[in-house]
Amino acid sequence: MKVEITINGIRTSHEVEPRTLLVHYIREVEGLTGTHVGCDTSNCGACTVHLDGEAVKSCTVLAAQADGSEVTTIEGLADGDEWHPVQQGFHECHGLQCGYCTPGMVMAAAALLEENADPTELEIRTNLEGNLCRCTGYQMIVDSVRWAADRSSQ
Amino acid sequence: MIPPQFDYTRAGSAEEAIAALTQHGDEAKLLAGGHSLIPLLKLRLAQPSVLIDIGRVKDLSYVRTEGDEVAIGALTRHRDLERSDLLAGEVPLLAEAARHVGDPQVRNRGTIGGSLSHGDGASDLPAVVLALGGTLVAQGPGGRREIAAGDFFEGFLETALAPDELLVEVRVPKAPGGWSFQKFNRRAQDWAIVGVAAATVGDSVGVGLVNMASVPVRATAVEDALASGSSAEDAAALAAEGTEAPSDIHGSSEYRQHLARVLVARALGELA
Ligand SMILES: Cc1cc2nc3c(=O)[nH]c(=O)nc-3n(C[C@H](O)[C@H](O)[C@H](O)COP(=O)(O)OP(=O)(O)OC[C@H]3O[C@@H](n4cnc5c(N)ncnc54)[C@H](O)[C@@H]3O)c2cc1C
Ligand code: FES
Ligand code: FES
Repeated sequence: MKVEITINGIRTSHEVEPRTLLVHYIREVEGLTGTHVGCDTSNCGACTVHLDGEAVKSCTVLAAQADGSEVTTIEGLADGDEWHPVQQGFHECHGLQCGYCTPGMVMAAAALLEENADPTELEIRTNLEGNLCRCTGYQMIVDSVRWAADRSSQ
Repeated sequence: MIPPQFDYTRAGSAEEAIAALTQHGDEAKLLAGGHSLIPLLKLRLAQPSVLIDIGRVKDLSYVRTEGDEVAIGALTRHRDLERSDLLAGEVPLLAEAARHVGDPQVRNRGTIGGSLSHGDGASDLPAVVLALGGTLVAQGPGGRREIAAGDFFEGFLETALAPDELLVEVRVPKAPGGWSFQKFNRRAQDWAIVGVAAATVGDSVGVGLVNMASVPVRATAVEDALASGSSAEDAAALAAEGTEAPSDIHGSSEYRQHLARVLVARALGELA
């Protein structure tokens, strides 16, 4: 079947099998490998992208379900050369170690700040409950998101 | 993991979905949010040859008042339940329970209709609809019919829906008074090891249990005891009566029975 998905502002259109997952469309058909696959079972959040502005786990969405929609991946988050505040926060506060979970963490955190520009530490932790990190112990990730919230409110 | 092959068709309305179900019969499955079905497909636990995507039937996504009840469209997502001011005021138990389903990404996709139609005893929302004594509205080729929540869950992942029927609406009585939702799990985002939904509806108290049987169940022994004047403490002691608590890596059947008694006691404490 033919699907049309706008990814990071660029219209894409391909003939795919109906069973194609959105994450495979993004990574394999479009070659955007910033979106990671961690668990493949909708638990880890590494594959988080924005679908029509909302954070979703792209390993549990069919490309067919995203037909006609707008998707933003980690590659499309920066504004030209200017990193998104959450990306800057991860850089400033060392919010990553191996980096595997990072694209998903950043996309989930960006969606949170879109809805709640000034989250408490508890709200950050609760809203990132769908994203697992094996390295950082989460504290630096929470600090990174708080940094982004402070920066955005200046 | 890649799902098995299937044909995909998108329905623009309930009528189109029913026509497609009628055409494809047992071979077809409806796809709402996909957050129960896609994982099943990946594991080959379901292998439908046709998926009928109802995710865009937008006129089945709503929360509105109808007399003494609140009507919720089957395609309403968990996120919309959690953010609904109407629910927060009139049926706070449902708004709160929705907040406990999975994580924000899951709630952005999953729907109340999918949660109920899936009929999983481990899901949170069926217990809520049972506790509230809700009504489910099914639509088939012959029109609409109503099914009491207590008659809806028939067996492991089996419901009273006919193969050519669509769940279109869930109706629950307004229950702004006492309510409690208790979910016991080890990690954030996890399914409940045991959960309890309790609400005061009119003069009586309804109690639904999560993960205490292969189907969503009510704690009828607790409800009956309360109705005949038992203390909350005595009633809570009956929480595991008549249940068939599963035993798995998260806990033995005995442990679940114990949790049910403790959580029902906490829930009834919050109602008071
Ligand atoms: C990581 C993860 C964690 C989760 N955690 C929880 C949790 O803690 N608690 C919880 O309760 N749930 C949890 N869920 C399940 C989630 O709530 C699902 O969204 C929900 O169970 C199914 O809703 P859906 O819209 O995604 O349905 P789908 O997956 O699209 O469909 C499920 C089934 O229902 C049928 N169906 C769907 N809509 C209709 C309809 N309108 N009429 C008739 N049949 C229909 C489908 O054919 C299918 O058989 C979790 C899911 C994931 C992936
Ligand atoms: S890869 Fe999608 S949630 Fe882990
Ligand atoms: S930085 Fe390694 S998994 Fe999070």
